[in-house]
Amino acid sequence: MLKYLDQIHSPVARALTVQKVSRRAFLGTSSAFAVAVFTAPRAEAFPVWETGGSAMPNGLVDDPMVFVSIDTDGTVHLVAHRSEMGTGSRTTLPMIMADEMEADWDRVNIIQAEGDEPKYGNQNTDGSRSLRHHIQAARKIGGSVRMMLAGAAAEEWGVPVGEVVVSNHTVSHGGKSLGFGDLAENAMAMPVPAHKDIDYKSEDAFRYIGKGQVQITDLRDITTGAAVYGADVTLPGMKIAMVARPPVVGGKATSFDAEAAMAIPGVVAVHELPYSIMPAGFAPLGGVAVVADNTYAAIQGREALNITWEGGPHAGYTSKSYMAEMVAETRKMGTVMREQGDPDTAFANAAKVFTQTYTQDHMAHIPMEPPVALANFTGDAMEIWAPVQSPYQARQDAAKAVGLDEANVRVNVTLLGGGFGRKSKADYVTEAALLSQLVKAPVRVQWTREDDVHHSFYHTASAERIEAALDGSGKVVGWRHNSTAPSILSIFAPDSGHQFPIETGMGHVDVPFDIPNVRMDNGKAMAHTRIGWFRAVSNVPRAWAIGSFVGELAHELGKDQRAMWLELIGAPRTVDTVAEGYPETYWNYGEPANGFEIKTGKLINVLNIAADAIGYGKDLPEGEGIGLAVHRSFVSYVAVATRVKIIDGKVTVPEMHMAIDCGYAANPERISSQMEGASVMGMTIAQHSGITFADGAVEQSNFYDYDVTRSTNYPNNVKVHIVPHGFDEHSTGVGEPGVPPVAPSIANAVFEAQGKRLRHIPMGEMI
Amino acid sequence: MTKLNINGTEMDVEADGSMPLLWAVRDIAGMTGTKYGCGVGLCGACTVHIDGVAQRSCQITVDEVVGKAVTTIEGLDANGEHRVQQAWRELNVPQCGFCQSGQIMQAASLLAENPKPTDGEILEAMEGNVCRCGCYQRIVAAVRLASTGA
Repeated sequence: MLKYLDQIHSPVARALTVQKVSRRAFLGTSSAFAVAVFTAPRAEAFPVWETGGSAMPNGLVDDPMVFVSIDTDGTVHLVAHRSEMGTGSRTTLPMIMADEMEADWDRVNIIQAEGDEPKYGNQNTDGSRSLRHHIQAARKIGGSVRMMLAGAAAEEWGVPVGEVVVSNHTVSHGGKSLGFGDLAENAMAMPVPAHKDIDYKSEDAFRYIGKGQVQITDLRDITTGAAVYGADVTLPGMKIAMVARPPVVGGKATSFDAEAAMAIPGVVAVHELPYSIMPAGFAPLGGVAVVADNTYAAIQGREALNITWEGGPHAGYTSKSYMAEMVAETRKMGTVMREQGDPDTAFANAAKVFTQTYTQDHMAHIPMEPPVALANFTGDAMEIWAPVQSPYQARQDAAKAVGLDEANVRVNVTLLGGGFGRKSKADYVTEAALLSQLVKAPVRVQWTREDDVHHSFYHTASAERIEAALDGSGKVVGWRHNSTAPSILSIFAPDSGHQFPIETGMGHVDVPFDIPNVRMDNGKAMAHTRIGWFRAVSNVPRAWAIGSFVGELAHELGKDQRAMWLELIGAPRTVDTVAEGYPETYWNYGEPANGFEIKTGKLINVLNIAADAIGYGKDLPEGEGIGLAVHRSFVSYVAVATRVKIIDGKVTVPEMHMAIDCGYAANPERISSQMEGASVMGMTIAQHSGITFADGAVEQSNFYDYDVTRSTNYPNNVKVHIVPHGFDEHSTGVGEPGVPPVAPSIANAVFEAQGKRLRHIPMGEMI
Repeated sequence: MTKLNINGTEMDVEADGSMPLLWAVRDIAGMTGTKYGCGVGLCGACTVHIDGVAQRSCQITVDEVVGKAVTTIEGLDANGEHRVQQAWRELNVPQCGFCQSGQIMQAASLLAENPKPTDGEILEAMEGNVCRCGCYQRIVAAVRLASTGA
């Protein structure tokens, strides 16, 4: 069984079911979970709540006829409509349907939905939303089908439906029983019950939900090489294309040698693609494409092009000077995003003002699978296979690019070899569509790692300046935070140089400290490359700055980090965003306030769980230190306690505790894996991830100059603590919120270990 | 036309001798379990065995493996039940899964050469295999499990 369940515990957690037997054996004993005879609907077991999901494009769909089909042999087919990029949503949402349906997981087949939001509801797998928005629909779908199965059996037997028992793929009454397959046709012809008429399972009857014993659905295929990612789909007559893209966004080729490329054996065509410059959404950058019979020929052909580029208007973008300008900008008063109390007076009357500035370079996502897509344009229709986070958006973009109605374009979603936000922006799909149209054959566009590093939608670079006004007793009475960073909005609309609510809502205006006088302002920074969202987005630089600043303030005031955090957070409260001066445009991850409030008690709780687990305050050997950081993002609360050990100048992490409150934990095993992964990505961000520009072009190329955390120096002994809740505590984000607190916890630990304060990420592996 | 031995089968591979083995395996032989991740031998996603030893298939040419036994993830075990694969499944190691065939091939090679590696030897052996999802803790535990059964 899954030994990693041992990892999941909390000081106040219920014991989780840990089965040291095979999955089949475990399910064989599952009669203990048999659902009791229902005599009345129990919709009250699951009161519905409003989420931001209904406001997403194409909203939520909970129609079982869209998501479920049952074969006569009993196989239950469940549609996974969110993309699988490693978070486990392709397993977890169907698992919830199966549990509520009383289907045996071993007899479930998962079908990946094509990109079709009018049919399936929103599919944009982004923003840590899959469970937050779709958990209720998954239960309703499963519960509906269970009711329909019971109804069909009751009709067949002429007995009251309330006396029919549905348990583990079998429907029974007295001594009679039928399998799901026997009832499939009649059951799926039954009317779909309304929520209020559904006998939802009580939580103690869940057999998969909240347990964590279910393996990810693609596990066997992944371990045997059979899993299908974007580059693993082949069509007869398929060509492979490599595109040489302008090194500077908005640049163009002024000359290239198509003949030299065509001379390479296997190269069949050279085409110049239309260029784009921001704001162009997810349009391809353009460039020169080499189309060939195989990948190697395409690579060689592209090398032979000998292109001369002109840079265009962004050719002056150089990170070193740009960063200095951003830091200077933070010293000015920017556009005020939030004001509370009277910060000017608080600072004027302060006994002392403590100020620090923190910076971060751009980052590229570099999912292990570089961008890749296969398109087959056949004149009046087109079919695409691609690893995309937002398949319906990709379909719309590709259809428009080739002049087809989207009704005639199908986007099949493969597994994603990582996404992290890069694969929300399907410029690579549009490239494949354009090239298939040009060469009249199926075309796979394969990006190299260098292409990926050079032509990303980069995480913003940022400068964050925080000031604290201290009174005579050392109490923080005023807080100012200027955040200056080029905005994601610049890829969609003419650039104002300023942030928009989605960015300011990610750790800038929503700093949850209990301080009477606050001002958050935003400096101007024009974008000179494509800025895009990267896992956790603006929370990364904000948590980096705020978390580091709290550590510095603690030292300045002679307090320990935990005491400093607790003092700043204050007594547990639900933040009154109006009274605390949040902007009218405040964006709470798209969620309604009701049920998704900022609850500082949760911050305090996770902080204490992580700090207690690591033994914060204990004596440590020389060269070691513990750092703490806590941050709310995607409506979840994550605290990280990191023990750092510095060995000959190298920063290592022998121990880390991550405590998360994500509301109801539907799949604790995958929550744990997401936190473990966030610890590694957080360490990569802290130590390695720096994309810099010179003369408009990216200076890094591949793992040799844009490295990541590896097995020889990753966070060891990562323990994940999940705060337990019942189902009525709304599930919140998991994919992203683990990342932001990691880097500041490392920096705070480095300071404790060696007295060196690092204020820029990446900080390097050696100090 | 080059004759290659891939997963115990002699096959004619219509590829330029200078073609990296990675592309010959994927594009010509049609076996897609071996992944492209960096093309410069720094991520390990393309790891295969050459005569039983883990190597980066993006860094070896077709000519260089003539007469040698090439094993890809598809051929590691006929039933997909190599102890490393089993350990991977027991610990639910992968997230996105893309790097995992390379990780498994690397680990299998390590254990073939050194059945009881120390933790330090495991970490060193796996250093060249990047996992961007960050599954290292489980990867290392799975190698240990495959080695010691615990």
